[in-house]
Amino acid sequence: MPGPAPDERMRPKGRRNTQGIRVDPEAEVTHEPRQAVLSALVKHRPGVLSEVSALFSRRQFNIESLTVGPTVDDDTARMTILIEEPEPGIDQAKKQLRKLVPVISVRELEGEAVRRELALVKVSGEKPDDVNAVADMYNGQAVDASTDSVTVEITGSKQKIDAAIEAFKQFDVQEIVRTGAAALERGPKTLEKDV
Amino acid sequence: MSERASVPKEEDETEPETEQEPVTTGAQSVIRALENAGTDYVFGVQGGAIMPVYDALYDSDINHVTMAHEQGASHAADAYGIVTGDPGVCFATSGPGATNLVTGIADANMDSDPVIALTGQVPTEFVGNDAFQETDTVGITQPITKESYFAADSDTVGDDVSEAFALADAGRQGPTLVDLPKDVTQGETEVEPGAPETPETYEVPEEADDENVQEAAEALAEADRPVILSGGGVIKANASSALREFAKEYEIPVITTMPGIGSFPEDHELSLEWAGMHGTGYANMAITNTDCMLAIGTRFDDRLTGGVDSFAPDAEVIHVDIDPAEISKNVYADYPLIGDAREVLRQLFDAMPRVPDADEWRDQCQVWKDEYPMDYDTPDDEPLKPQYVVEKFSDVTPDDTIVCTGVGQHQMWASQFWEYTEPRTWVSSHGLGTMGYGVPAAIGAKLAAPDQEVVCFDGDGSFLMTVQGLSVAVREQLDITYVVLNNEAVGMVRQWQDGFYEGRRMASEYPWIPQFDKLAEAFGARGFTLESYENVEETIQEARDYDGPSVIDAHIDPGENVFPMVPSGGDNGQFALNEDHLDMI
Ligand SMILES: Cc1ncc(C[n+]2csc(CCOP(=O)(O)OP(=O)(O)O)c2C)c(N)n1
Ligand SMILES: [Mg+2]
Repeated sequence: MPGPAPDERMRPKGRRNTQGIRVDPEAEVTHEPRQAVLSALVKHRPGVLSEVSALFSRRQFNIESLTVGPTVDDDTARMTILIEEPEPGIDQAKKQLRKLVPVISVRELEGEAVRRELALVKVSGEKPDDVNAVADMYNGQAVDASTDSVTVEITGSKQKIDAAIEAFKQFDVQEIVRTGAAALERGPKTLEKDV
Repeated sequence: MSERASVPKEEDETEPETEQEPVTTGAQSVIRALENAGTDYVFGVQGGAIMPVYDALYDSDINHVTMAHEQGASHAADAYGIVTGDPGVCFATSGPGATNLVTGIADANMDSDPVIALTGQVPTEFVGNDAFQETDTVGITQPITKESYFAADSDTVGDDVSEAFALADAGRQGPTLVDLPKDVTQGETEVEPGAPETPETYEVPEEADDENVQEAAEALAEADRPVILSGGGVIKANASSALREFAKEYEIPVITTMPGIGSFPEDHELSLEWAGMHGTGYANMAITNTDCMLAIGTRFDDRLTGGVDSFAPDAEVIHVDIDPAEISKNVYADYPLIGDAREVLRQLFDAMPRVPDADEWRDQCQVWKDEYPMDYDTPDDEPLKPQYVVEKFSDVTPDDTIVCTGVGQHQMWASQFWEYTEPRTWVSSHGLGTMGYGVPAAIGAKLAAPDQEVVCFDGDGSFLMTVQGLSVAVREQLDITYVVLNNEAVGMVRQWQDGFYEGRRMASEYPWIPQFDKLAEAFGARGFTLESYENVEETIQEARDYDGPSVIDAHIDPGENVFPMVPSGGDNGQFALNEDHLDMI
């Protein structure tokens, strides 16, 4: 009957890593997760947001924020998606996004792209002057005030907002809302035209 | 034109184009869109929300096959799509009708089978109110289709269907769905649907980048141990003849995936049959030891690769696929070639500088064939072996015979011991592994290819899941032979319990199995029983001769297991050939 048993069979020495990449014994490739900003133009129609977010959860892409809003064209919307993945994961995310029918185009924005986030922070109204002083430090401003609370608006990079929120903690933060990042490429480049 | 083993005689080509009545309702424009796309058959089940569409079908030449269960409708459409190469169509009403379709849609999605599903929906004004038989069909099916459409308007519903049809067929095939609210189908419109066109955002690559092709061809020609891995995409792209020419010209051994069965003739010297968990020992040895793999139209499913760390560990991979997202998804592609399999094979054919210098390797592949033959014992004093039944059936049937299956051990025996030589003759559920696929799939396959013989190897468990479909086969007078390889168990689960759960057979044995021959007769089909080796050939002959559906209840050895076997996540080179080997690896 049959030939050699499993332990007697010839076997190559090579190996692949978990990403299916052949492990070169000389220079092993490993990809650490990194953050990427994906910008996608999509058809502005019902269900697109759920289609995109379902894709990210189903394929287990690690997503930090997702924002969506209109563009100059009524028929299209723009999504900005922050993901943290090793290189092959980022590549997959882009390709899977492009496969969705309502997705028009997808691009990863370069590191120096303009990235902004907005946060509203509601703190105790006991020391309004001190709150204003901290808000000033972060170029923020109070947008609502009552006897019991002050609401401050801050925009900027994620790091700046993180720092501002840290600073506001001294005033008993009651509520916070953050939008997630919106981002655009610097210079004349746009999603429609690759310059 | 698809590469079917035999193409039916001239279809009404001489018939003069009859003047079509203008459409007056959304439902009529739905049916018109299907007619324009060339639909011959629809598989479905009636119901309140889809009634306007059925009413419009009343006046159409499209044939409707009333199924016994909507799951059967989606599987029949799926098989129809596999055999013809064109999208199979299924209908269901809202709510439970739509949810019953879901298994078949998910199955089509996993196997890239072209299917379009049209579902009724409650009238638009009730959507969101939890109305009677309301389900969020688009929400449920969006992740398991290429796209699910919600029809918003009677004037555009025909276009939605045309687009969904075109999309199911284009590029990497797959299922699409259009959800049809009753007011939209009932509503008046004079708008005729446009021709089937894919959405503007959907791009289909054709030829691969020339430079990449050149580099890949050099790598393959340089290889000492080249193989071709031919996936289901080769069949879908009608690239089987291109593959045959390429492999024979450059003398490269060919391994198929399970969905790729039939893309290369298994009786050819270069064929190593199929690789993976229950693939042949020689295919798995070759895939493990190759230094350059030309993989075409495969998504490197884990049942094929085993653990990726040990998958073709020395190989440079040339990956041809029409879907860019498959490139480097599971296995890294050293040479990605994005394009249509048939086009790219032609490009590669022209770009190859020479036949790879690999005589030693080709000899080695033959040695493995001798070392690990696909054989089995047939002791007289033991119950009937399933392999024998499959092999005997294969021996007497024409090459273009279509084989359908359920899911389980019987599916593996049907794929291992039948000799496949033609594309679109192997119709099975791979990615989803859907028990119950067989009965309705055979119905779809037979209607798709009335001139070809259709055999369905089913398991007792799988058969019971969709047995009601026999009523359809009888009503439609379909000449299908069902062979139930009856081991009175969900045998594949029993095999795993014996191998990996210390023989603790929880919920895997069926001591309450019905008599399938009698069951067949109750449906109006012919029933046969097989108990021993004695009358296997004779019974097969009688069942084949019977003009209509027949069921052979073959009582096989309940202890028989499927080998070779690579344990889940294992190393393809470490397959077990028997129970003892399983303990070694
Ligand atoms: C719908 C569905 N439910 C459960 C399973 C899990 N499963 C895989 S194979 C198998 C056994 C199938 O039994 P049978 O059809 O009798 O085939 P056999 O393995 O005995 O040949 C089961 C339960 C499945 N694949 N599909
Ligand atoms: Mg069984």
